[in-house]
Amino acid sequence: MTKLSKKTMILFYTQMIRIRKMEEKLMEVFANGEIPGFIHVCIGQEATPVAVCSQLNDSDYMANTHRGHGHALAKGIKPDMFMAELFGRSNGPCRGRAGSMHLADMNLGILGANGIVGGGIPIANGAAFASMYKKTDQVTVCFFGEGATDEGTFHEALNIASVMKLPIIFVCENNGWAEFTPQSVHMTIKDVSKRAASYKIPAKTVSNDFFEIYDAAAAFVKRARQGKGPSLLEVQSSRWHGHFVGDAQKYRDKKEIDTAMKSDCIANFKKYLFEKKILNKKINQKILTDIDQEIDAAVEFARTSPLPEASELMEELWA
Amino acid sequence: MKEIRYIWGVKEAIYEEMEKDEQVVFIGEDVGSPGGSFGASKGLLETFGSERIIDTPISEAGIVGMAAGAAACGLRPIVEIMFMDFMTVCMDGIVNQIAKMRYMFGSRYSMPIVIRTPGGGGLNAGPQHSQCLEAWFAHVPGLKVVMPSTPYDVKGLLKSAIRDDNPVIVVENKSLHALKGEIPNDEYVVEIGKADIKKSGTDVTVVATSRMVHESLKASEKLSKQGIEIEVIDLRSISPWDKETVFNSVGKTHHLVIAHEAVKQCGIGAEISAVVAEEIMDELDAPIERVGAPFVPVPFNLEQVYLPDSENVVTAVEKTMERLF
Repeated sequence: MTKLSKKTMILFYTQMIRIRKMEEKLMEVFANGEIPGFIHVCIGQEATPVAVCSQLNDSDYMANTHRGHGHALAKGIKPDMFMAELFGRSNGPCRGRAGSMHLADMNLGILGANGIVGGGIPIANGAAFASMYKKTDQVTVCFFGEGATDEGTFHEALNIASVMKLPIIFVCENNGWAEFTPQSVHMTIKDVSKRAASYKIPAKTVSNDFFEIYDAAAAFVKRARQGKGPSLLEVQSSRWHGHFVGDAQKYRDKKEIDTAMKSDCIANFKKYLFEKKILNKKINQKILTDIDQEIDAAVEFARTSPLPEASELMEELWA
Repeated sequence: MKEIRYIWGVKEAIYEEMEKDEQVVFIGEDVGSPGGSFGASKGLLETFGSERIIDTPISEAGIVGMAAGAAACGLRPIVEIMFMDFMTVCMDGIVNQIAKMRYMFGSRYSMPIVIRTPGGGGLNAGPQHSQCLEAWFAHVPGLKVVMPSTPYDVKGLLKSAIRDDNPVIVVENKSLHALKGEIPNDEYVVEIGKADIKKSGTDVTVVATSRMVHESLKASEKLSKQGIEIEVIDLRSISPWDKETVFNSVGKTHHLVIAHEAVKQCGIGAEISAVVAEEIMDELDAPIERVGAPFVPVPFNLEQVYLPDSENVVTAVEKTMERLF
């Protein structure tokens, strides 16, 4: 296991807490009707974005999915800007046009969440190709779920990445549920990483454990940066909540949800930090309070940010 | 001036723009050493190397998505989709991604992508290799669509498309690939969105696209003998389309025929008819006539019956002259 400084581990813990609490707050403001449309939360899966994005620089690229809040926050989007975009405000990084499902910020290499399952995978290849073409040492990380690996775009993109030896890391967050359907119904394998073998792409399956993800991601990012080509990391995690906020999950056995919630990547990480005396009750409380304040401030910022004028509708379609 | 074939115009445009701008790359199936299914990239691999001439697996969705990501990150990809029919297997990339990425993400960057694709019949290639689907793309905000009909226009419009910071779909009609025409030796471009009056006339305006421009010119010869002078407008760009040139002509002739090879139902002719009817109905002396393919797939065996030609244009012109309000 990679040795991490205490400070770094506290930072990772804080980032995971930020994602979880942000999602919880979003469920609340969404239920209040302050955010229209759909939102998809990633509670239970926070370790993956933090562990993977900790390997990246600001200039590296990241493509993600509709369940993408964690990735964007881990890639460095500021909570106030994040919230302004989700509230559809004109000062959001996408002028409020993207909202939750299409959030992007090219200044941070965030290529965009994608409303189309599997839609971002070939796009991520394009970013990886651009950096290879320009001979930079940038890498691209592409997040998607196990459901997306049933899409043709996944297979086309993996094959192209392999043939072109692109500097890309495909990260499959296998949370066991493709919308309302369990994995066993839509594929006959358990480890999605096996799919990479037919493209001669090295792959690894890890559990929803921060350190396992971190070590695997570190190795794959290093590999890509050295020009050794693509890889695939599968994290077998679990989705605590429904496909979207408001989904009553009637299709899901209560016991299965309870089991999912018992394997909490943040609780496990916290336990480790307490055991190693890196974290104590006092520091933990401060982290939680600070994050709460940060999130409240972000929500307030979004609430008081301007909604777009109707006249902005037709602006800047063309470059 | 020099005489070249249409397909060479395509190649010259790509060659010249790649020479000028290192961010331009060419991506497609069989575009490397084979030189492209229709020869558009013959010799380009030797000049620009495999870093810039990217011969891909048969993965249209993968290619188009890759172009989207590359454009967002500063490159200027040209994509060849071998047959326009194959655009249907990468519609997500074109419609949901490429067309929307700039606007959806707050107009913070541009998407300079060219997708060039040969459409249309004439090769007896059957239902899945002969379609004209340009109206689908003209229906999508964020895409420009051009349909050059001559070697001069294809070179000039393709060069403009490559320099454009927005996604442009360049539709070539396969039956035009061998067409010869004169182009200047010196560099030139053709502006996107500008129609070209191919022949002036006073009696009926015929707005045509791609191959039907040539059929309309043939029709004009026959009609001249009957004393009918049509004005043939080559629309060249269908999104945006040159309303001003069309309106000026209709204002002069008071009769309108629109001719395209695509299926008549919901073709671009429907849009032009609707806009003319909405905005300058009072200029018309007779109902608008449209020429387009019948509402069936392009059959392998009856292609010549299927394809609209100069006779259909003649009939449409005669009809609009008879059916005065």
